[in-house]
Amino acid sequence: MVELNTVKKSFGDVLAVNGVDAVIREGEFFSLLGPSGCGKTTLLRLIAGFEHPDEGSIVIAGRDMDQVEPNHRPTNMVFQSYAIFPHLNVEENVAYGLKKQNLSREDQRVRVNEMLRLVDLEGYNTRPAHALSGGQRQRVALARALIMKPKVLLLDEPLSALDKKLREQMQVELRNLQRTVGITFILVTHDQEEALTMSDRIAVMFNGKIAQLATPQVLYKRPLDKRIASFIGIMNFMEGTLKSVTEKGIEIDAGPLGTMTISPDQMPIPLQPGDVSIGIRPEMLTILFSSSDKAEIEITGTVTDTAYYGDMTYYEIAVEGLEREVSVSMRNTAGRRVLDIGETTRLGLGRESLLLLS
Amino acid sequence: MTGAPRYLTIFVGVYLVFLYAPVLLLPLFAFNDSAVIAFPLKGFTFRWFEGLAGESTLLVALKNSLIVGISASVLSTCFGVLAARAAARYDFLGKKPIMSFLMLPLVLPEIIVGVSLLIVLVQLGIELNVWTVILGHVLICMPFSIAILLSAFNNMDKFLEEASLDLGATRRETFFRVILPLVMPGLISSLLIGFTLSLDEFIIAFFLTGTEPTLPVYIWSQLRFPSKLPGVMALGFIMLVLSLILLTLGEYYRKKSAALVGSGSSEIRNG
Amino acid sequence: MKDWFTRESRSGLKLVAGPFGFSLLLLAAPLLMMLLLSFWTQNYLDLDRTLSFANYEEAWTHPVYRMLMQRSLVISILVTLCTVILAFPMAYFISFYGGKRKSLWLFLITIPFWTSYLLRIFMWKIILGYNGVLNSTLQWLSVIEEPLTFILYNANAVVLSLAHAWAPFAILPIFVSLEKIDRSLLEAARDLGDTAFQRFIRITLPLAMPGIVAASLIIFIPTIGDYITPKLVGGTDGLMIANMIQVQFSKANNAPLGAALAVSAMLIVGMIAACFVFFNRRYLRSQS
Repeated sequence: MVELNTVKKSFGDVLAVNGVDAVIREGEFFSLLGPSGCGKTTLLRLIAGFEHPDEGSIVIAGRDMDQVEPNHRPTNMVFQSYAIFPHLNVEENVAYGLKKQNLSREDQRVRVNEMLRLVDLEGYNTRPAHALSGGQRQRVALARALIMKPKVLLLDEPLSALDKKLREQMQVELRNLQRTVGITFILVTHDQEEALTMSDRIAVMFNGKIAQLATPQVLYKRPLDKRIASFIGIMNFMEGTLKSVTEKGIEIDAGPLGTMTISPDQMPIPLQPGDVSIGIRPEMLTILFSSSDKAEIEITGTVTDTAYYGDMTYYEIAVEGLEREVSVSMRNTAGRRVLDIGETTRLGLGRESLLLLS
Repeated sequence: MTGAPRYLTIFVGVYLVFLYAPVLLLPLFAFNDSAVIAFPLKGFTFRWFEGLAGESTLLVALKNSLIVGISASVLSTCFGVLAARAAARYDFLGKKPIMSFLMLPLVLPEIIVGVSLLIVLVQLGIELNVWTVILGHVLICMPFSIAILLSAFNNMDKFLEEASLDLGATRRETFFRVILPLVMPGLISSLLIGFTLSLDEFIIAFFLTGTEPTLPVYIWSQLRFPSKLPGVMALGFIMLVLSLILLTLGEYYRKKSAALVGSGSSEIRNG
Repeated sequence: MKDWFTRESRSGLKLVAGPFGFSLLLLAAPLLMMLLLSFWTQNYLDLDRTLSFANYEEAWTHPVYRMLMQRSLVISILVTLCTVILAFPMAYFISFYGGKRKSLWLFLITIPFWTSYLLRIFMWKIILGYNGVLNSTLQWLSVIEEPLTFILYNANAVVLSLAHAWAPFAILPIFVSLEKIDRSLLEAARDLGDTAFQRFIRITLPLAMPGIVAASLIIFIPTIGDYITPKLVGGTDGLMIANMIQVQFSKANNAPLGAALAVSAMLIVGMIAACFVFFNRRYLRSQS
């Protein structure tokens, strides 16, 4: 649906988008994820037409968008500040783009009500803009954009202005909305949890380039490098050595974890023998509470910090031979106790949980 | 007024008398039944007001002031819209010096503005009339228009225009459907304040008016005739009331402009 | 170089071209013209266009012009001082004791100034005159026997009238500065043992200085060029440079000299204002 071909954009001497290639499919929920300044918002605005690329091209629904102004593109945008027209009420805001279509008053009213029902704002027609809460404003912005029946809906950090509970609620609603309406959504966010929850595929961006484009699972389980790995979720890193790569597998020396052979897919990018970072997610480590609990690899450590989240507990555990503490997360299932600071415990993990990253 | 020291309160009282003295005397003598402006008061009358209606030169001056006031305020508001929009939306080469120069008349003595314009007009052989006064007035009203409208444009969410374009409107439609309604209160405020400034302005009008005096110039010419003075008081009183109304309206619209355009930004509440 | 002519820059310049062009034509050009004219000389009915400093020589050496210039300067300084000193307690009162009704107070302060400036000065003439309001009231109260004469048709009257006219222009900026002062600073100082006077000198005054400077400049610069007040209430002893400039442009028919006087006045004012700002910055720096 949307093709980005080596798109480049600078502002003065700042290179905001530095050669982006991607294909976004029809009907998918696609996210642009990255820290502030990585170029994701600029890329979105390039797709919308508010900026023009210095190099490269953007093709939407088969049409090259070169020289096409934003008001003629098959896209619509939900702005970060929602940009609700303050001098109009809800109905007038939602119907704003319909003016060109010269619909009768009745037809317009029908379409507006349809949209309001979709975003759960039925009956709000005459509510003035200043009387809306943040969440309501966002729904109006959605309705206003969707009523135009765009091929692609662009969302610029739509949930960042909402408080936590509302944000989580809206994540679910947005996802369902996208499934109901069936069109392509492109969302920009800096919140990796948000991207993981809602998206079909995610493009992680750093410094104007796409570092990795994949589904949430692949991104989480097989990040291509350290940077992506630590941006998505929490990742423990330790120093290790890559000894050799053979047909049997990859030989590594993982310090206190011992030496072992791991499978080739645990090395997302081919690396040379030598020093390497080994990553492991906190939930891949298990606390072996009783002596009868066993695991493929076992190490011992002392609890230095705990954080109780109700459903999970996060531990910081100092392990001999490892420079940094290891983060371990355990679900607080029935009967499972919470360790105290200072307690010594055994940790278990499987060989297949390790990841070799540069 | 919690616990202000005695001496300060007394000072404030005296100072307020000082501030209001000239103004309070105006209505006093406008309705005073005496041809001499002095105490004691002699009784209540409307005759000075009635007398005004008969003064043909006054009516001509009034007409001139209206023409000048309306033209100057409209022109300065138009220029103000252009300059304010440029300053609020775009960063352009020489922005700071250009904007500072536009605001310069605020600190220049009016006599300098008037005299320099006079020099040019005389050199070019242009006759002095209502239009030359209008030109001078636009110069001094412009900084006020720019200040008011700049505030209005700055308060407007930049993304509203983009949202309008995104929804299919042309730039022209965006201007009339979004920008204009939102800066309208600022526009009205600028018009009212410009008009009031022009109505009251004396020096530039004095230098640049030919045979078509404005109201203040007319008043000036009357001041040397003692018999005309009560009439001048009456006129001054009318102008005071008019200014009060116009300026209150101007302030009302300025506040409305700030409220309308400023509200509607992020409110984090559940819902 | 390339970025100066970006789309954005071009759009901005296109918009501002109208007002800026107007100002260039009607303000910059005339000002330059005035400057140029000041270097020409008027020989009765002919305008001699050879450049010379003759007018400036006359403006700066002729006793009458020097006297007028000095008087204008002195009056301006006096007016600025009086207005600011009188305005400060008023602004202080509103800011620190105004409570919830601060905007009401500010509104009250500005109402008197919605009358015509011309009329206001004229009213002072009425008040201060020989048979005027002040004299007749004081006589009626038996405070004085004969009417006071020193209050009108001289420099005193000019200073008084202008101190009145500029009042709100002083009160408002000082008020704004005072409002910005964090009240907890004063409380902390009191906590640490400062008396009310010390708190004022060490905290309030320096922090209010930007407002005081703004007020002073707003008043000082235009006052030099005031025409109405000296003409109405100044008599012969209170005339200022603007009156002379007007005379040169009308009766005396010596526009170049008038221009030279105007330019000289602006130069002096500009220099004094610059000095004032400079010294004030040093004062503020020494305070922090």
